[in-house]
Amino acid sequence: MNPWYYHWRKIKSSCVSALCLLCALVVIAPLALVLFNLLQKGASSLDLHFFTQLPKPVGESGGGMANAIVGSATLLGLAGLMGIPVGVLGGIYLSEFGSLRMNWAVRFAADILNGTPSIVWGIVVYALVVLPITRYSAYAAGLALGLMMIPLILRTTEEMLVMVPNSYREAAFALGIPHWKIVLHIVLKTAGRGIITGILLAAARVAGETAPLLFTALGNDYWNHNLSDPIEALPHKIFIYASSPFSDWNRQAWAGALVLILFVLALNIGVRVMTRGRTPHLAK
Amino acid sequence: MNAAIVSGKTGSPAGLALAPPGKAGDKVFRLLTWLMAMMVLALLALVGWTLCRGSALSLTKFGWSFCVHSDWDPVNGDFGALTFIYGTFVSSLLALFIALPLSLGTAVYLTELAPGWVRQPAISMIEMLAAIPSVVLGVWGIFVMVPWLRDGPYPLLLKYFGFLPLFRSPATGFCILSASVLIAIMILPIITSIAREVFRAVPDAQREAAFALGATRWEVTRLAVLRYSVRGIFGAAMLGLGRALGETMAVTMVIGNSDKISASLLSPGNTLASKIANEYAETLKGIPLSALFELGLMLLLVTVVTNILAHLLIGALGARQRPGT
Amino acid sequence: MTNEIHSPALQSAPPAPVPAAPAVPAPPAGSAVTFDVRQLNVWFGSHHVLRGVSLEILPKAVTAIIGPSGCGKSTFLRALNRMHDLVPGARVEGRIALFGQDLYARDVDATLVRRRVGMVFQKSNPFPTMSIAENATVGLRLNGLRQKDLLQERMERSLRMAALWDEVKDRLHANALSLSGGQQQRLCIARALAIEPEVLLMDEPASALDPLATAKIEELILQLKQDYTIVIVTHNMQQAARISGQTAFFYLGELVEFDQTGRIFTNPRQKQTEDYVTGRFG
Repeated sequence: MNPWYYHWRKIKSSCVSALCLLCALVVIAPLALVLFNLLQKGASSLDLHFFTQLPKPVGESGGGMANAIVGSATLLGLAGLMGIPVGVLGGIYLSEFGSLRMNWAVRFAADILNGTPSIVWGIVVYALVVLPITRYSAYAAGLALGLMMIPLILRTTEEMLVMVPNSYREAAFALGIPHWKIVLHIVLKTAGRGIITGILLAAARVAGETAPLLFTALGNDYWNHNLSDPIEALPHKIFIYASSPFSDWNRQAWAGALVLILFVLALNIGVRVMTRGRTPHLAK
Repeated sequence: MNAAIVSGKTGSPAGLALAPPGKAGDKVFRLLTWLMAMMVLALLALVGWTLCRGSALSLTKFGWSFCVHSDWDPVNGDFGALTFIYGTFVSSLLALFIALPLSLGTAVYLTELAPGWVRQPAISMIEMLAAIPSVVLGVWGIFVMVPWLRDGPYPLLLKYFGFLPLFRSPATGFCILSASVLIAIMILPIITSIAREVFRAVPDAQREAAFALGATRWEVTRLAVLRYSVRGIFGAAMLGLGRALGETMAVTMVIGNSDKISASLLSPGNTLASKIANEYAETLKGIPLSALFELGLMLLLVTVVTNILAHLLIGALGARQRPGT
Repeated sequence: MTNEIHSPALQSAPPAPVPAAPAVPAPPAGSAVTFDVRQLNVWFGSHHVLRGVSLEILPKAVTAIIGPSGCGKSTFLRALNRMHDLVPGARVEGRIALFGQDLYARDVDATLVRRRVGMVFQKSNPFPTMSIAENATVGLRLNGLRQKDLLQERMERSLRMAALWDEVKDRLHANALSLSGGQQQRLCIARALAIEPEVLLMDEPASALDPLATAKIEELILQLKQDYTIVIVTHNMQQAARISGQTAFFYLGELVEFDQTGRIFTNPRQKQTEDYVTGRFG
C-alpha cells in the first residue's frame, strides 16, 4: 500500500469537506446580509409616522405606509376567509373519505397549483373578476391570494390529519358517535396544532406576495373604505417605491421591506415554536 | 326496527335520552368536504381555461410565429415572445448552474459532515431564507447587490472576458446576470432541502459498508450517497428550475426591462414573468392583452411541465409530502 | 350446518369427528340471551377469516374468547358491534342478534348498535386533547347530551364504576395522558360505560399493563359483570380461567369449543382445546 496515495486521498477528502462547509456558509450568507442591510437601512425609518401616516404625493418627503399595512391585513383576512375553509375541508375529505384515485388526482392538482407562478394567479383573477366589472378591487386581490392559499392549506391539512392514529377514530366509533362529529370534534382537534401551523405558513407566504396584486388591487395612497375599491398593500407599495427614482421613496421602501420581513419571519418562527413542543400523540 | 334498537334495553340501567344520530349529518358533511376537494381540480382547470381563453386572439393571430419573433410592438400590433422565452430560460438555467453545486455541497455538509448542534440551526436558517418575500430580495437587489456588482465584479468580467459575446455590453448592473444571481439565492433553499431528503433516504448500511472498506469521508459520500441519489438530485434540480422559471418580483426589479434579445448576460432583458409584471400599469385590451395572456399561458405550461418532471424524478407524483420537507 | 343448537356445546365441523353430546343443559326457553350468533362468516377481501361460528352469549356474565394469534378472536369480537363496517373490503354474513334483534338487518344503524355495545381496546386510547372529565363524558356530549348536571352525575357514576373516581376526583381537568397506563385503560372503560351500553366488549384490555394494573382491571370486570354482559378476548389463559364463566376457544377462524370455563380448562372435549390449554401450542 502506497502511503503517499493514502495521504493524498485524505487530503482530497478534507478539501471536499472544507468546500462543502464553504457552500453552506455561502448559502446562509445572503440571509445574514439581507437582514443586516434591512436593519441598517430600514430601522431608522421606522417611526410612528411610518405606521400611521398616509403616503405623501410624488416629490414630497415624509408620510408613511399606513394604508399599505392596513391594506395588507385586510387582504390577508379576505384571503383567509376564502382559502382556509376550502383548504381545510378539502384536506379533511382526502384524509377521511377519499378514494385512492381521487386523492391522487387532487394532490396532483394541488402540487401543480402550488408550483404555479403567482403572477399567473394575478392575471387569471384579472381575467375573471377585474375585467368583467372593469375595476380593481380588494375582493379581486383577496380572491387571488385566497386561491393561492387553497392548495397549500389542503396539502398540509391532509398531512396532519393522516398522522392522527386510527385508534382514536376507532375508539370514537365504538362510542356510537356519528362519523362527521368524530372528524370535527376528535380528529380535527387532535391534529389542530399542525393544521394551524400549515395555515400560518400559508399566510406568511401569501402576505409577502406582490405579483398577484399587480393585476387585481392597483394600489393607491388612500385608505380603503370599500372592498370593491382598489386597495394598497405593503408588498406592492414596496415595489413601487423601490423602483422609483425618489430617494425618499427608496428610504421608505427599505422600511416597508423591513416590516414585511419581520412579519413573515415572526410567523415562521412562531410556527417553529409551536411545533417544538412536539405533539407526542401524533404518529411520526 | 330502528326504534326497537334505540329503545330495547333489556336488563340495563334506565335508558338515556340520547338523540338518534340520523344519516343527514354524515351525508352533508361528506358532500361538503367532497365539493371542497373537487374545487382544487376545478381550480386547475379554471386557470388553464382562463389563460387559453385570454390568449385565443393572440394564438389565432400569431400562431407559432409568436414563439420565434422578438418584436414586442404595441404600436404596430406586432408581438413576439422570443425575447422573454430566451430571458426566462437563460436566467433560470444560469441560476440553476449557480445554485445547484452550492445546494448540493450544503446538503452534503448538513447530512454527512455537520456536527449535531450545527444541523438544526442551519436548517432553520435556510428555511428562513426561503421565507424571504421576493419583493424584499428585490429591494436588496436594487440597492445593495446591483451597485456592488456594477462596481466590482462586472467591470472585472468586462475587462478579462469582454471578448466573449457573453459579456460584451456596458454594465448598468440591471441585467440578466444580476437577475440570475437573485433567482439563484431564491432557489437555494428548495434544492438544498430536497437534496437533504434524498441523501437522508440513503440507508446507513450503504455508508457503513463503504467505511468498512477503508474509504475516506469524501469517497463514502461519493460512492454510497451521491451515486445512489442521482435521480433524486435531478428531481431537486428540476424543482429548483420550476421555482426559478416562475420567479417574478425580484427578477422584475433588477433585470432592466428590455424587450430586445442580446447575447450578452450583462445587458438588460426580460423574462416571461417580468414582462407580464412590467405591463401591469398599462390599460390593455384586444391583441396586446391577449398577447400578455399568451405569455402567461407559456409560463404556466413551462412550469407545469417542469414540476411534473420533478415530481416524477423524486417519486412524489401525487404522493404525500414527506414530513419535515 | 343448518341444525342450530341452542346450547353452549359443540358447534361447526371440527377436524376430528366427535360426539355432539351437550354437557350443559340448554337454558330454559324464553330466557334472555345477550348475543345469539348463528353461522357467522367474515371475509377480509378474499381471506376467509371466520368460518361458520355459532354460539350464545349470556347476560350478566363474563364470556372469554381464547385462542392462538390469528385465530379470529378479535374479528369475532368486532363483529358484535359492527366495527367491520368501517373496514373497506370486509364482508360479514350470518346472523347476530342482540337481545333478539338482528344487528345486521338492513335498516339498522350501526351507530345505534355501538351505543348499546361498547368496546375497550387493547391499547388504551383516551383522546389526547381532552381532560379526564372530557374523556369520560365525550360519548354523552357528542351524542347530544348537554345538561351540565346530568353530565356531571353520569361522569362521576362511570368513573366510580371503573374504580377510578377516588384517584382522579381532584384532578378531573388534567389532561387524560397524565394518567398511568392502567388508569388510562380504566378511563377508557369509564368512557365506554358512560353512554350506558348493555354490553361491554374488551379486546385484550390488560395485555399492555403491568400485573398490578391487570389485577385492578380483572377486579373491575368481576364487579361490572353484575350489571353488564362482558365479552373479553384474551391470550392469557389464566386470566380467562380467573374471571370468566364461559370460554370459547377459537382456532384458525373456527369455533372449536364453547363451554363452562371450568370445563374448558380441566376437561375439554376437543383435543385441540386440550393441546392449547395445556400449552402444547400457543
